[in-house]
Amino acid sequence: MHETMVAESLLATISEEARKQNAKPLSARISCGMLNAVNDEVLCFAFDAIAKGTSCEGIRLEIEHKLMQGQCKNCNECFELKLSCLKCPTCDNEDFDLLPDAPLLLEQIEFETEQTDE
Amino acid sequence: MSKKVDVGRKILSANEEYALKNSQLLAKQKKLCLNMISSPGSGKTTILVRTISELKDKIKIGVIEGDIQTDLDAQKVRATEAPVVQIETGGSCHLSAAQISSALEGLPVSGLDLILIENVGNLVCPSAFELGESGKIVVLSVAEGDDKPAKYPAIFAKSKVLLINKIDLLEAGAQVDFDIERVKADARKLNKGIEIFPMSAKTGEGMGRWYDWLEESVRNIRGG
Repeated sequence: MHETMVAESLLATISEEARKQNAKPLSARISCGMLNAVNDEVLCFAFDAIAKGTSCEGIRLEIEHKLMQGQCKNCNECFELKLSCLKCPTCDNEDFDLLPDAPLLLEQIEFETEQTDE
Repeated sequence: MSKKVDVGRKILSANEEYALKNSQLLAKQKKLCLNMISSPGSGKTTILVRTISELKDKIKIGVIEGDIQTDLDAQKVRATEAPVVQIETGGSCHLSAAQISSALEGLPVSGLDLILIENVGNLVCPSAFELGESGKIVVLSVAEGDDKPAKYPAIFAKSKVLLINKIDLLEAGAQVDFDIERVKADARKLNKGIEIFPMSAKTGEGMGRWYDWLEESVRNIRGG
């Protein structure tokens, strides 16, 4: 349900970039860590609803989820953490540090460009 | 024709700016601020009221209450004579850092040692919004089941302390299946340093270790 607030911030950020570029946005790519607890469907639904009537109406959102990362305390290897298997894939050690979760980022926007010739 | 532009901007940067402002204000005044997060009905308010009453000669506590509707919780806290600010979110499922900024203006912060924020009852959304707090406290009551750290890992990974509340129910004749050791093990899989205090805010059992932790944390902030 917090996706509504995420959608509002996302709309404001994309609108601001669109003004800077003076172009219509077509799609946006965002990324987030697992701990941001973002549900794709809910975020897209909320974004579509609030973007109606703005320059962002109808744009496509691509959402990339980044897995949590751990660092093994035995061999220092950094690895992707799966909740079903919480150990180092290299040495099987279960003692690891949880690395900071990836933030919720607006990575890239695709803009429409004007046709220069007919 | 289209062009792709790399942006690389944090989407919740407006919330993070307020969170930074709050944490700077609290650090400057050396105040401990804890953000309590749990499902509805885990006993956050009962824990708050008991903690305020039993520590009132040692720690001056102020409270920020977040609820979707009503100020019922604020009324209960007010009865302890602790200063309290109520935030009615009117439907929003979490507190935001901007709301905490204005709530802090309504509290006599300079005369307090500890500010306790009671977030909206919800195990998911509040964990995604930093408020500028010193730490998060997750509360889990035994009636909710022992699978919660496995099912809702985010809040257990981010919290400094886990309070396992209503342990008096475990002794009432095994009507509740709740394996405390499983909860501890699951919570520590993602968060080795999490402090875990089983307690009953109703009977007072187990509250002492939580009080000791609070007093030590207040001392550390003052000295730091």
